Amino acid sequence: MNMLVCVKQVPDTTEIKIDPVKNTLIREGVPSIVNPFDGYALEAAARIKDKDPSAKIVVLSMGPEQAKAALKECLAIAADKAYLVSGRAFGGSDTLATSYIISEAIKKVEEIEGKFDVIFCGKQAIDGDTAQVGPEIAEHLNYPQVTYGLEAEVDGDTIKVKKEVEEGVEVIAAKMPAVVTFTKPAWDPRYPTIKRKMAANRAEIPVLGEDAFPDIDTTRIGLKGSPTHVKKTFVPQKKSGGVKIKEETAEDSAKKLFQLLSDASII
Amino acid sequence: MEAKTKDLWVFVETNEDGTAKNVGIELLTPGKMMAGKQGGALVAVVIGNNVDEAVKAASEHGADKVIVVDGPEYAHYTTDAYAIALCALVEKYGPTSMLIGATNNGRDLGPRVSCRLHTGLTADCTALDIDEESGNVAWTRPAFGGNLMATILCPDHRPQIGTVRPGVFKKSDAGEAKAEVIKEDIHVDAKDIRTQVLELIKEADGENVDLEGADIIVSGGRGVGGPEGFEPVKALADALGGVVGASRAAVDAGWIAHAHQVGQTGKTVGPKLYIACGISGAIQHVAGMSGSDCIVAINKDPEAPIFDIADYGVVGNLFEVLPVLTEEIKKARA
Repeated sequence: MNMLVCVKQVPDTTEIKIDPVKNTLIREGVPSIVNPFDGYALEAAARIKDKDPSAKIVVLSMGPEQAKAALKECLAIAADKAYLVSGRAFGGSDTLATSYIISEAIKKVEEIEGKFDVIFCGKQAIDGDTAQVGPEIAEHLNYPQVTYGLEAEVDGDTIKVKKEVEEGVEVIAAKMPAVVTFTKPAWDPRYPTIKRKMAANRAEIPVLGEDAFPDIDTTRIGLKGSPTHVKKTFVPQKKSGGVKIKEETAEDSAKKLFQLLSDASII
Repeated sequence: MEAKTKDLWVFVETNEDGTAKNVGIELLTPGKMMAGKQGGALVAVVIGNNVDEAVKAASEHGADKVIVVDGPEYAHYTTDAYAIALCALVEKYGPTSMLIGATNNGRDLGPRVSCRLHTGLTADCTALDIDEESGNVAWTRPAFGGNLMATILCPDHRPQIGTVRPGVFKKSDAGEAKAEVIKEDIHVDAKDIRTQVLELIKEADGENVDLEGADIIVSGGRGVGGPEGFEPVKALADALGGVVGASRAAVDAGWIAHAHQVGQTGKTVGPKLYIACGISGAIQHVAGMSGSDCIVAINKDPEAPIFDIADYGVVGNLFEVLPVLTEEIKKARA
């Protein structure tokens, strides 16, 4: 079993604050983390490896040099090898351009690591929240995809995925090679051990720069190769607060709320 | 590809019983406005199995034309069959823009289709318009967990595609069904469908967790204190005919399944009434429910940020407030 997990280093969006004067995001001092959904994808791969110790987990990230820290964290948790895709020409890419670059990078990494049976991604990154890069990688590679995965199990030449759907959980079989994107499962991902952490700190992470892709179509990468452009960004307006209810007793408050909702024909 | 028409398409997702999902019908409302500004027709695209009901609904709610692909291979959603059908239609008719509901299936299908057509896709939009300067669709969406909004254009590729959050737009009133209905026969070979549904495991207690389709949601957060704290929340939801939601804090604590989670890492919802019980109102939660028509917050802490966005805020202990509210509702409905 040869598994690739795609990860992104993201700002911890729970730590982001708005500058009340300038009405802009304050990014300084916001810690960078491994996108939590990518952590679930890595855990899903690690669970497959728990059952089949001969399995290999490779992690791949696209981003600046600092993203090596995220890759080292993945090495410390469960990954065997890590690669970083990084280059000035890749900057400003939207999801279509990003997924194209990553799919080309996957082909390059496969020349070294062998063909991947599965490619696992988080369902979305918590900074962009698009949930598009995983399915777009699948399309570029012409692989089947399963999104909103909770856990995955290998069964012969198929990957069986428990997928979150509105009515509950669906079990889907996809022929490998396949792309699976993961959402939040019921369990927490494992933590790194001290031993793995030390090894990860020493690990050399190969960087695939622009020169690693002599055949890439340069009209399809970076800002210029991206079909979508950001026209403007703004901080959402806060809705003004409504009616506050605080009567003598909770019972009175509840009755007043009921009256207000009835009067407004809401219930 | 080049657009062949100025038409705007709305992909109308269907349920397995052949009816339309709410979001598809909702999107005909902004679709009408946008098609008008673009100078083209509003076209609903319905794919599924025995979908006459969905076709009728699209026709009654403002579509000028309905393109239908009906066949057994579309009875259950699969990425492969739906992507093949939708791409074939786009290539044949060449619309200038397309809206897709941002349901799980819509967000599975959208990137697959836009990538195959080599065009831009904007995810999970909450506002739509036509950019006056360029005539392109102006797609507005939240990012950074709802901390920032971005307006995105796709100037040089067609069709311009976006997925749009359910519940943001309202269905128009049903009128006369007078759309032209065009049937397209697109057959997908079984071998081209590379995934297979082996089984569906329904929620243990047969509970409905269709948060995206719900008119009323009653959610519990950290303030409910434990799994048993969801009982009064559920009782109120039952009395109102609503669905139980939860904040991330309650899900992370293991009190309720993730399927109930509302917010950035859960579902985005837009019911007529959202009652937040013991939820502080972190921006990640608010991002998933701020599109609700009416928000009620019940919280002990008068400083909780949820009160900033609530239409009605009760400062009080939810364990005292909820049972009385539930009783009052039962009395009124008896």
